Amino acid sequence: MSELLQFLFSGLTVGAVYALVALGFTIIFNASGVVNFAQGEFVMLGGMITVFAHAAGLPLPLAALIAIAVTAGVGVALNQLAIEPARGAPVVSLIIITIGASIFIRGAAQLVFDKQIHSFPAFSGTEPIHVLGATIQSQSLWVIGGAFAVFAGLWLFFTRTLLGRAVLATSNNRLAAQLVGINTRFIMTLSFALSAAIGAFGGVLVTPITLTSYDVGLALALKGFAGAMLGGMGNPKGAFVGGLMLGLLESLTAGYLSSQYKDAAAFVVILAVLFFMPQGLFGRKSTERV
Amino acid sequence: MKTTLKTAAPAALIALGLATAASAELKIGASISATGPAAFLGDPEAKTLEMLVEELNAKGGINGEPVELVLYDDGGDANKARTFATRLIEDDEVQAIIGGTTTGTSMSILAVAEDAEVPFISLAGAIDIIQPVKPWTFKTPHTDRMACQKIFEDMKKQGIARIGMISGTDGFGASMQAQCKDVVADYGIEVVADETYDPKDADMTAQLTKIKNAEGVQAVLNPGFGQGPSIVTRNYKQLAIDLPLYQSHGVASDGFIELAGADAAEGVRLPGTALLVAALLAEGDAQKPVVTAYKAAYEGKFKQPVSTFGGYAHDGFALLTDAVTRAGSTEPQAIRDALEATKALAGTTGIYTMTPEDHLGLDLSAFRMLQVKDGKWTIVE
Repeated sequence: MSELLQFLFSGLTVGAVYALVALGFTIIFNASGVVNFAQGEFVMLGGMITVFAHAAGLPLPLAALIAIAVTAGVGVALNQLAIEPARGAPVVSLIIITIGASIFIRGAAQLVFDKQIHSFPAFSGTEPIHVLGATIQSQSLWVIGGAFAVFAGLWLFFTRTLLGRAVLATSNNRLAAQLVGINTRFIMTLSFALSAAIGAFGGVLVTPITLTSYDVGLALALKGFAGAMLGGMGNPKGAFVGGLMLGLLESLTAGYLSSQYKDAAAFVVILAVLFFMPQGLFGRKSTERV
Repeated sequence: MKTTLKTAAPAALIALGLATAASAELKIGASISATGPAAFLGDPEAKTLEMLVEELNAKGGINGEPVELVLYDDGGDANKARTFATRLIEDDEVQAIIGGTTTGTSMSILAVAEDAEVPFISLAGAIDIIQPVKPWTFKTPHTDRMACQKIFEDMKKQGIARIGMISGTDGFGASMQAQCKDVVADYGIEVVADETYDPKDADMTAQLTKIKNAEGVQAVLNPGFGQGPSIVTRNYKQLAIDLPLYQSHGVASDGFIELAGADAAEGVRLPGTALLVAALLAEGDAQKPVVTAYKAAYEGKFKQPVSTFGGYAHDGFALLTDAVTRAGSTEPQAIRDALEATKALAGTTGIYTMTPEDHLGLDLSAFRMLQVKDGKWTIVE
């Protein structure tokens, strides 16, 4: 019993990290249909900037705020310098641009920061929490809470606010959105800033667990992307549930089968789900309007 | 990226066309992964070589001749390393090559060096580099297999007979896992649980729970590199597993204690080099002067702690300059023969004695069994 509980806790810890990264993909995808492969780099920047600001003597909350603000700035710059000039290019080209941006940001981080692995203290100490013979790190609860807060915030944003609907409208049909008076350039800038900020927020929360270095972004982005695909790209609920499911799948496979097959088992399940539900668990059915 | 270091005077002489004996000058080539996935290893290696060449030339070089270093950054790419090795030999006409940060890059450089008959000192771990012995290839880091043997020796001393292993699936972890399983039976130890994790995983409690519940397990060994072992150590503490935890030489640094947390790292044992515990070495220790001098110079110049990997480059350079001094010549053949005759050369990694059958020249005494006590590394023996 305590064994199962420990596997579930392990899965939740990892899954919450994936969910938080997966949520970052949602906004840019919803605004432009682009899967932003630099999303993992935003997570890395959130962690790394916090580490260095904290090491420079700033208190942790202030360092985290600075990291989130700077990363949002990087997101805006990415849009203005790379995505906006290529406006009108097919989505595939834009996705390739984000891959280039990811490589660029990783290289720049290597020079600006360093090549070592870093971390900062967990928010509420390292004493694990004991539940029925199993344990979970207190930081995991922060990550799960953070992922849930971002999920709830995004869900409210897209369903309850005019701005959120404007984002969805821009993604649906950019020209029509412009015709009804939506400033689509602003929407794009905003969505990059928000996505980057969510990524950085995630980076701040997960760093005490995953540790960080200039190259953590790629692995996180891949798992986050897998989680988002499993749940349904563009849907905050999908990203949240998909990320958690991926984490649970991995830890249960590691616990009951073998850790050798952990990643393979998770991806087999993803392939199976996408085979029967190509839009993911909660994805919208796409309908072509003529 | 190409960096050339020389003392100003001979450079000016060559520029004026006055230098006739330029061939007596030692030209060392290096292809190192200063960037890319192995940057963690290659960065201190490149810095060390540049620093040592500068130091040596300031002191007047070898036998009165300055040393020139031609350094390329292969980014951890084995194909690039091969290209650079060819360029070093054909265009730069170097007399010896140091480098090959990873096993992959080392293997491609050694193929080129063996063909061109140029001595090559590798900085990578795998035993395949020098076994079977290749005439022109040497290496400085101890092998994974030796680390396994050192750990099992220590376990045996403590009466441990059943262990669990949790290994990273990266090159380092996988190679060491295989080597350890290969030699474990020699020590009468049985592996009762064998788990793995991906180097970027965030939580290993599932694997550790399985190991904890394996029957009769008395200790846990974690071959791995990078952040994985730090997370394993934290999770180990989180699950309150009350068994000795052994880490590998891959994380032998102060950074490991910092990342895992002094509290979680308490009691962890690993085989490390003298470099890590320079201040704790006994006064008569043959390695003490070398280790202390390198540590002081590196930390003074770069304001960051020395690493075992920079130490490998230090030893490669020391082996080479020692060989050239003894040979009194910069002919590749003479350098090779002198390298093979290296006797009791104290480096940061260990004391090297090469023979025609052994192009590494270290034994198990190169490793010191270290343990974390009160947040600091201490020597067990």
